[in-house]
Amino acid sequence: MARSKGRMAQEVNAGSMADIAFLLLIFFLVTTTIASDKGILNVLPPKQDPNQEQPEIKLNKRNIFNILVNANDQLLVEGEFRDNTVGLTEEIKTFLLNFGNPDEAGQALFNSLPASLRNRAERDPASSDHPAAGGAVISIKTNRGTSYERYLEVLDIAKRAYFEIYAERVGITAEQYRALSGRNASEKELQDRGKEGMPMAISIAEPDKIGGQ
Amino acid sequence: MAKFKKKNKVKENIPTSALPDIIFMLLFFFMVTTVLREQTILVEQRIPQATQLQKLEKKSLISYLYIGRPKEPARYGTEPRIQANDVLIGTNDIILWVNQEKDKLSEAEREQITISLKADREVKMGPISDIQFELREVDARRVLYASVGRLED
Repeated sequence: MARSKGRMAQEVNAGSMADIAFLLLIFFLVTTTIASDKGILNVLPPKQDPNQEQPEIKLNKRNIFNILVNANDQLLVEGEFRDNTVGLTEEIKTFLLNFGNPDEAGQALFNSLPASLRNRAERDPASSDHPAAGGAVISIKTNRGTSYERYLEVLDIAKRAYFEIYAERVGITAEQYRALSGRNASEKELQDRGKEGMPMAISIAEPDKIGGQ
Repeated sequence: MAKFKKKNKVKENIPTSALPDIIFMLLFFFMVTTVLREQTILVEQRIPQATQLQKLEKKSLISYLYIGRPKEPARYGTEPRIQANDVLIGTNDIILWVNQEKDKLSEAEREQITISLKADREVKMGPISDIQFELREVDARRVLYASVGRLED
């Protein structure tokens, strides 16, 4: 009796294995959320020491590219009203690459740029001196009522202008430049060569308290 | 004609015996990549779009703050709130929370903690700047404005 029972099922039926696997597969397909940690990185300024006076940094007005955003998400770019951001990237790039009155470091930076970027220098004395440290600054000031979306859009545009310049310096597209991780030496070298002598100067002011909610 | 007939005699059906293996491989891939949500999100999350996205290398350094209108206005009101871990917190609690998050990291990495702000696009700058002020206070100054990609025009 026992023997005959053993003969009845000597092999496990594996035909439905695929179905079981399919079921599990579909479960994981549905529950998967491929986590995306992408975004715009921003480093906040260090906290202010109340005992120490704020260091006053003197900058000429021509060296600051002012972007104001009010509670209705309208923009005031260099004193000029507008309600969209069309063409702002190019304006920022023109401002950064103006080289109106470069000092020694600025001139050296200018000479290191590729011809395509050098040709953009308008040498307008009313615009920025040079994009090296202490030269051109992009200032973004929002209101407490400004929507987060608009703020991010403006910050995005300012970053884009810088990335496009960096990428052009090393001869790759802006997308490739942003994808550089700096994990290996050659990538790090490209990254450093792109921004050498031309740090990102985006100043984000504390929002206004007037107006809005 | 005869030649054609001969060709037709070649096995017609595709061997399906390897199918379970393929499916298992897919299954293992998804099992490994899946991150089951540990927390329920209590606030609305419509992440804004941006183009200049950067990816962060080390995920262990990231802590998340969710900002948006509560999904249950009857319980939590309609004003935008901050969610950390599983609970809604006030602006004052951020310092405590950041310190807790820093304690989870090794000493060498504490300085590099990155706060990912997952804010709804409707949120105003007021609450955001309050959060940033607190983050400056507690010296967690690397902030990632989480956003999704937008096709460039």
